[in-house]
Amino acid sequence: MELQTLTYIVVGFTFAIYIGIAIWARAGSTKDFYVAGGGVHPVANGMATAADWMSAASFISMAGLIAYMGYGGSVFLMGWTGGFVLLAMFLAPYLRKYGKFTVPEFIGDRFYSRTARIVAVVCLIICSVTYVIGQMKGVGVAFSRFLEVSYEVGLLVGMAIVFVYAVVGGMKGITYTQIAQYCVLILAYTIPAFFISFNLTGNPFPQLGLGSTISGTDVYLLDRLDQVITELGFADYTNNVRGSTLNMFVYTLSLMIGTAGLPHVIIRFFTVPKVKDARTSAGWALVFIAILYTTAPAVAAMARLNLHNTIAPPSAEQNLAYEERPQWFKNWEKTGLLEFEDKNGDGRIQYTASAETNEMVKVDRDIMVLANPEIAKLPNWVIALVAAGGLAAALSTAAGLLLAIASAISHDLLKGVLMPDISEKAELRASRIAMAGAIGFAGYLGFNPPDFAAGTVALAFGLAASSIFPVLMMGIFNRRINKEGAIAGMIAGIGVTLFYVFQHKGIMFVASTAFLGDMPANWFFGIEPNAFGAVGAVVNFAVAFAVSAVTKAPPAEVQELVEHIRVPVGVSAAQDH
Amino acid sequence: MAFQSKEMAKAYWRENLTLMLWLSVIWFIVSYGCGILFVEQLNAIRLGGFKLGFWFAQQGSIYTFVALTFIYAKKMGDLDRKYGVDDDA
Repeated sequence: MELQTLTYIVVGFTFAIYIGIAIWARAGSTKDFYVAGGGVHPVANGMATAADWMSAASFISMAGLIAYMGYGGSVFLMGWTGGFVLLAMFLAPYLRKYGKFTVPEFIGDRFYSRTARIVAVVCLIICSVTYVIGQMKGVGVAFSRFLEVSYEVGLLVGMAIVFVYAVVGGMKGITYTQIAQYCVLILAYTIPAFFISFNLTGNPFPQLGLGSTISGTDVYLLDRLDQVITELGFADYTNNVRGSTLNMFVYTLSLMIGTAGLPHVIIRFFTVPKVKDARTSAGWALVFIAILYTTAPAVAAMARLNLHNTIAPPSAEQNLAYEERPQWFKNWEKTGLLEFEDKNGDGRIQYTASAETNEMVKVDRDIMVLANPEIAKLPNWVIALVAAGGLAAALSTAAGLLLAIASAISHDLLKGVLMPDISEKAELRASRIAMAGAIGFAGYLGFNPPDFAAGTVALAFGLAASSIFPVLMMGIFNRRINKEGAIAGMIAGIGVTLFYVFQHKGIMFVASTAFLGDMPANWFFGIEPNAFGAVGAVVNFAVAFAVSAVTKAPPAEVQELVEHIRVPVGVSAAQDH
Repeated sequence: MAFQSKEMAKAYWRENLTLMLWLSVIWFIVSYGCGILFVEQLNAIRLGGFKLGFWFAQQGSIYTFVALTFIYAKKMGDLDRKYGVDDDA
């Protein structure tokens, strides 16, 4: 069957499943809307968390970035998994014990201050919106390929679908649809990886295939890849450090603590019945995430190798002629994300690291995962499945984030602070309007995203790392931090990070407003903007401790609250907070 | 408070912190240690087709993270029971 028809059928079928589940479990009350009525089993919750968590950045973008960064791409792999260890140990059990709907609510109570709550809401909105921009980039790439239109048109279609999808259902719909989405996305990611690994190395498990020899030779795959790309002038795959060791360290740290500070992930741990379940739920989420994250480096290395082998086959005399380019090449050219320019006029494709001779003038990293099965000449149904998986990943995360934004505005800001008497109905309406606004704003910025999808998402993590994570940690583990300290810490942390990001990436990511160029020479100790959240977090901690030390200790009842959340028993029932 | 005494509550919290500390040390060593700081030295050792440092950075640290979260959940369950503060009652 024709690829495009098949893609329509597979994508349409998966959408029918999600929408069916969403209607079946449509949110009734506000409680259901936010936390799925409580009482979700830890394994189920882990799977839904995994879908919530693994976005277009993980599915569509990450392996493509690693394919070009090699060892340097490890920051994403370690950073986006290691944070779950922190989350499971330091935050999830205590926040579950505390038992409220949202993260700002905890911050507002622990720091006995409406101001603290409002500051937390603002930080949360800033990082969630940045995160949604990254999703929009991914959705745009997926739809542009799938509909064979330009990236911009793909983005508009994507915005419309996210809008319909996220604004109709609530968390309850989302919890069960997300389990379905996890299944679709993980199959879509692993099945082509199995095929490709088997074709290249004879070992169907990509995690092992990555360390195996290439079929019919005794050359290891990674050694072969190092050789192929260094011959073309690219940096060595397995040793290519990203920036500097310090930059990699800080980047990884920023992604890890950002993971543990992201409100849409934390909120999921409010949906399990007991403190114990919050701990295991984080473990299960990580298992489901690790399946993709240990496959991704294999996908990356194999995609890179296959791409170069297609353009310059090792056995043939000459490179691929442009006229004989495969269908996938033509299709991606239509999206504007892949561009060829015949610089030496020989009608053949030269792909090198040199700016003068390289003729693959644009290869958007975010197309690699989607193009990979086509490059490897896998059957059409596999390619269609990958498209469905990419959309599942982007939609599930976008929906979770939009929910976090909506609850921050309607629950924390309107009901909690500005209009305490608001009716349930009006609160729901406000949250839907907030979602629509966020989609429009993020989509608009998505036309000129600050980075590839995974890079944009990394910025969002840096912002969460510098604002939310430190105050949660201090709120749980230190009794002495008071409201003045927390408020000053959050403002200083996110302020420093935003300032650094904006000076290199542009104010609100509009590149023309960057007052210092986005180039390594201007970076503080060689730390790139995407990695700066860890520095912001250090500032946050330092300011909070200093300010708390010179101001009044928190009242006795707050100190008691800290004692209370440290004990797992006596948790309020999840359905009844 | 569900603890029998203030001392019990303190002891529980101390054991919890010790466990967290040890697990965080392992967490740090596999990722930042093996995957970043000592990656060059470890890369001299090979694990099949992998250089060892590269393997830690792209595979090994992730497997360890999974193990750590389950070890923590298991040990905390034991600790809760030991101090009579588990939530199964």
